[in-house]
Amino acid sequence: MTTTLHRFAAASLLGVLSAFQTASAANQAKPVKIGALFSVTGPASFLGAPEAKTARMLVEKINASGGVGGRKLELVLKDTAGSPEKAVSFAKQLIEEDKVLAIIGPSTSGETMQIKALCEENKMILISCAAAEVIVNPVAKYVFKVPQKDSQAVTWIYRTMKEKGIRKIAVLSSNDGFGAAGKKQLEDMAKAEGIEIAADEVYDRQATDLSDVLTKVKSNAGVQAVVNWSIVPAQSIVAKNMRQIGLDVPLFQSHGFANRKYVEQAGVAAEGTLFPAGRLLIVDDLPEGHPQKKVMAMYKHDYEAAYHEDVSTFGGHAYDSLMIVVEGLKQAGGPDREKVRDAIESLKGFVGTDGVFNYSATDHTGLDLDAFEMLTVKGGKFTTYKKQ
Amino acid sequence: MTGENLALQYLLSGVTKGSVYAVVAIGFNLIYSATGVLNLAQGEFVMLGGMVAVSLAHYVALPVAVAGAVVIVALVGCLLEILFFRKLRRHSILHLIIITIGLSIVMQEAALHIWDEKVRSLPYFTGNEVSSLHFLGAAISPQVLWVLGTVGATVLALQGFLHYTLQGRAMRACSSNPEAAMLAGINLSNMRTLSFGLSAGLGALAGCVISPITMTHYEMGTPLAIKGFAAAILGGLGNPMAAVLGGLLVGVLEAASVSRLPAAYNDVAAFAVLLLVLFVRPRGLFGSSNAGSVREA
Repeated sequence: MTTTLHRFAAASLLGVLSAFQTASAANQAKPVKIGALFSVTGPASFLGAPEAKTARMLVEKINASGGVGGRKLELVLKDTAGSPEKAVSFAKQLIEEDKVLAIIGPSTSGETMQIKALCEENKMILISCAAAEVIVNPVAKYVFKVPQKDSQAVTWIYRTMKEKGIRKIAVLSSNDGFGAAGKKQLEDMAKAEGIEIAADEVYDRQATDLSDVLTKVKSNAGVQAVVNWSIVPAQSIVAKNMRQIGLDVPLFQSHGFANRKYVEQAGVAAEGTLFPAGRLLIVDDLPEGHPQKKVMAMYKHDYEAAYHEDVSTFGGHAYDSLMIVVEGLKQAGGPDREKVRDAIESLKGFVGTDGVFNYSATDHTGLDLDAFEMLTVKGGKFTTYKKQ
Repeated sequence: MTGENLALQYLLSGVTKGSVYAVVAIGFNLIYSATGVLNLAQGEFVMLGGMVAVSLAHYVALPVAVAGAVVIVALVGCLLEILFFRKLRRHSILHLIIITIGLSIVMQEAALHIWDEKVRSLPYFTGNEVSSLHFLGAAISPQVLWVLGTVGATVLALQGFLHYTLQGRAMRACSSNPEAAMLAGINLSNMRTLSFGLSAGLGALAGCVISPITMTHYEMGTPLAIKGFAAAILGGLGNPMAAVLGGLLVGVLEAASVSRLPAAYNDVAAFAVLLLVLFVRPRGLFGSSNAGSVREA
């Protein structure tokens, strides 16, 4: 009798086990799809290319270690070439055909704003890698972003200026979404911070020389600093032209300067450039105990080993957006989009490359001022700016 | 800065931009003079020249890298002509121009795949990123003098080639009267290949000397081609010297507009003047009266 019972128990246990195995095998066969919209080519390729590389590398790594909750990830990556029209049609494709769990990207603010409403309507989680304030203000239930806000960058710049006794400045910006958003933010916040904008110029994002614009700045007596807000190669051109025509005032750049390429291109002209950025670029200088050190050092090591190029904060945005989706997926226990969204919104103390994220129902950026640090260029390298 | 210094500084800024447009415009002009084709892929030859030179500069000295880039891109120019134009029967000039648009897109994509999306540049030929020469309180990068020197040397060399060598005369003959040239025993196709190779080489040289100023990346060709094209038109097609003056003029116009208007309007100002000039003088400022009607095929 007991043996029969034992047999029965053993058999049913085996049955349950094998049923479980088939179920997980079926799940194994069906990976969780995550959509990605990055401008891998085109004018914003310096954002999208490292983002795409990062996302591919991470998905490979996660899958090699067994996936998330036993299920593999599948990255459905689309190259938008920086075009808002393409971003819209690819987003529709990801929502309707691929039926992905969430979309990470797009790389630029212009593209993100084009698909914000689309994702909201279709209840699709979107974790943007673009910085503009309008992406999360007003808050859309399904739309989050990872980079620090423009306003936080401006706050850092103006604070540093005040420490240096700078009151009167010139603002240069490129004629694209990033430049326009930054220009507006700089103008809006100047008064409250006690800064006077004496010259305000917009240049073509494909400009090849800006010495005439800078001559105009130089003719404006009393300008104590120049702020340049762009993500285009013109960032290096501004630095070079300023020094060439002998405009010897400090140059501040936006967080868009956080790419070693621009420093290389501007050469000695980049020395002393001041800009706010996340800590990924100075990870080696951080003290051992810093909360972000481990995550950033690992990402930097993996990326640089895989692609033989310097890590940039933009690739870091892709790291954060993908890992946030993965974390949401872990906490929700499965690819249920509503549950994953709720899990993301209630993430607290999540350590990424851009900072430590604390999302809430009213804050879909999740980062505070502390996520930035003022950096400068010294001997061709990024280093923390210390006030004299 | 005093008013005069300031005016001079604007002028020098204009010359900096203008020299870049001029050096691009020369290549435009050459193909047009020889074949009547407006090569809209000229900007891509400029980009390729810069890209190849930057890659070569890792292994060889700068002058060798530049020379190598010029030769390689000139061969690419010849090859493209042989592949895409030679076999074309019953073509019109319009067909050829549209093919060049296609070529420019293909070359851009190819560059993206061969290299990558990153910005790169050759080192400054003399000095570095911050060095400048001073005149009466205004400053200019020494690299601009390299560009202007290149412009001067190529214009002289081209004039010499077109007027005093058999090949050059044959090239001009093909342009002014293809049938007569053919009857005289000139191989039209070979002449066209030669002119493509030559202007590709000139484009590559331009791409090398401007690289320290503008930097080089796979998408730089189109905007440069537009400005170079405007310069060539403003000066008057068919005359290399006119292209140079056209280029400098576009640059100085832009700088002058920046001095008075918000910088955002600089293209508007430059192109408005271009349109005005074309209304009054359709053949350009310095164009010869028959250049516009050389080949209406």
